[in-house]
Amino acid sequence: MLEIKNLHVGLEDEDKQILKGVDLKVGAGEVHAIMGPNGSGKSTLSYVLSGRDGYDVTEGSATLLGEELLDMDPEERAAAGLFLAFQYPVEIPGVGNMTFMRTALNAQRKARGEEEMSAADFLKLVREKAKTLKIDADMLKRPVNVGFSGGEKKRNEVLQMAVLEPKMCILDETDSGLDVDAMKLVSDGVNALRDQGRSFLVITHYQRLLNHIKPDVVHIMSNGRIIKTGGPELALEVEENGYADMRGEVA
Amino acid sequence: MALPKAKTDATEARLASLRLPEGAAWASAAREAALGRVRAMGLPERRDEYWKFTRPDTLVQAEVPKAATFEADEAPMYEGIDRLQIVFVDGKFDAEASDDLSLEGVSIERLSDAAEKDIHWAKEVYGVLEERGQTPVDRPLAALNTAMAEDGLLIHVTGKASKPLNLIYHHKSETSDAILHHVVKLDEGAELTVLENGPAAARFNQVIEVDVADGAGFHHVRTQGRDHERRAATHIFARMGKESTFKTFTLTVNGVLTRNECVVEMLGDDAAAHIAGACVGDGDFVHDDTVFVTHDAVNCESRQVFKKVLRNGAKGVFQGKILVKPGAQKTDGYQISQSLLLDDDSEFDAKPELEIYADDVACSHGSTSGAIDEEGLFYLRARGVPREIATDLLTLAFLAEAVQEIEDETLREELVGRLDAWLQRRRG
Repeated sequence: MLEIKNLHVGLEDEDKQILKGVDLKVGAGEVHAIMGPNGSGKSTLSYVLSGRDGYDVTEGSATLLGEELLDMDPEERAAAGLFLAFQYPVEIPGVGNMTFMRTALNAQRKARGEEEMSAADFLKLVREKAKTLKIDADMLKRPVNVGFSGGEKKRNEVLQMAVLEPKMCILDETDSGLDVDAMKLVSDGVNALRDQGRSFLVITHYQRLLNHIKPDVVHIMSNGRIIKTGGPELALEVEENGYADMRGEVA
Repeated sequence: MALPKAKTDATEARLASLRLPEGAAWASAAREAALGRVRAMGLPERRDEYWKFTRPDTLVQAEVPKAATFEADEAPMYEGIDRLQIVFVDGKFDAEASDDLSLEGVSIERLSDAAEKDIHWAKEVYGVLEERGQTPVDRPLAALNTAMAEDGLLIHVTGKASKPLNLIYHHKSETSDAILHHVVKLDEGAELTVLENGPAAARFNQVIEVDVADGAGFHHVRTQGRDHERRAATHIFARMGKESTFKTFTLTVNGVLTRNECVVEMLGDDAAAHIAGACVGDGDFVHDDTVFVTHDAVNCESRQVFKKVLRNGAKGVFQGKILVKPGAQKTDGYQISQSLLLDDDSEFDAKPELEIYADDVACSHGSTSGAIDEEGLFYLRARGVPREIATDLLTLAFLAEAVQEIEDETLREELVGRLDAWLQRRRG
């Protein structure tokens, strides 16, 4: 599904390397987690994959189903099936949540040469998906993320994921700012989307999210590289001993 | 003080191209007095402080700058609203295209007819509010209008109008030079909504005087749409009584030059005035909102809300003033002007002013100018919305905040829908 090879990335504005050769391969239907301390480059990886400005890819590649992502505009990546659940979902005053999602869905469909969805079909689709995420009509009507609580914003991200049905989902610290109940709700939403064809890359500091969204593979990232890869037990190890030990091991 | 010769010459050149209309004594007196004001003030020129940001040359010159006519290929506005339609073509009333000028609670007459009558209520308003609005700032184009306007409507509202008036202005001649003067007099407790749309003429000079008696309400929604080359200088003068309401909103898309002045005098306690506008300018476009609100009574509220989206060298101007006179306690004055600059070539000039002579008031003003929100843009694009559509969505959202100032939901939706369609069309 997603294959990252020797990815080197720096900041555009300053002479600073953040990713220093990341290699990662996520198979179809797999859930991978990336854990790592602050500043290890986890969020940068998610932004570079989704096409945010301000980064300079100096080496390497990232392909989705064999297609080079790094040459595409953000909207093309989305249409190709990539989805980033933001750590800090952006508030967009004046743009209704429904309008936003429908515009996005139809833009993706158009880009893929599919027919646009009618307003009635779309309404039905959203209502059904919103119900399982406990998103009420009011949240759908309000401007995108404006006045939403932290939990509501994250649920709204998962709702978009459910509506857009991407192939490859990246969750950037989706657990941040969530209480226990909200975490469960969000995780249930994500788990409901797990299937053979859809893959996930879950970025998190903490092991607790991985109790809910159980990964197949766990990677530890530090200083711009994946320094260790293993099974779910690796996450528990981090929880017990912190990252310091691992960095020591590698060094 | 004598005017500079150049100014006098320019003023006389313009006056020589026009003819003072004939009429009954009251009308002639009003027109001649206005002509006197024009000569005393002189027509505006670029060195005038009040025209610092907008060049008045083409509004003043005797010869009309040509403006190619523009065939709007879209459904007429306000179709879904039961309204009385009154049509003007290049500034001339078109009786055939208009509905009968009869409406419950309202009497409507043409200025040209009324000006023939020896006695007319309009004597108390025509040119009177315009003249009041000449202090402390000169508005010579408005005085010129009072002197020279042959056509327009005199609207007397005695009760609650049963439906809105829709004034529709077609532009059909490349060299039309329209001067139109409307007077609206609302009796105590009366209510009227006026909807205006259309480019009107190659060059359009319009004055609307609105006399809002105690407890009366006037609502005004205007669209100046899509005609690329037309020029307009409009003035609204409102005089407000106790517990009265005056609300005006203007949406402008295209037009090389637009100067909309709004002068509001709040003379009765507990009145509310809302003046708002939104514009979208692309390329050869100058849009100037000049507003002057005078609080001269207790516990009045005024709001000015203006939003401009500018790209490809378009220019936006806002000059807004709130004057709080001595004794106008408990005034609540608010003013905001914001621009969204879609590139580095566009320009927004804002001159917000407060002048306050009372000590128990709350007045605030703000002005911002910024680029599109990159975070929002990326978020939309990351969800698959192409850059251009995302930009338009954010643009529409920005403008919609000003459109929210319109009270009526149907009208709000109509305007937002129009804007959306216009943006989509530009995208192709």
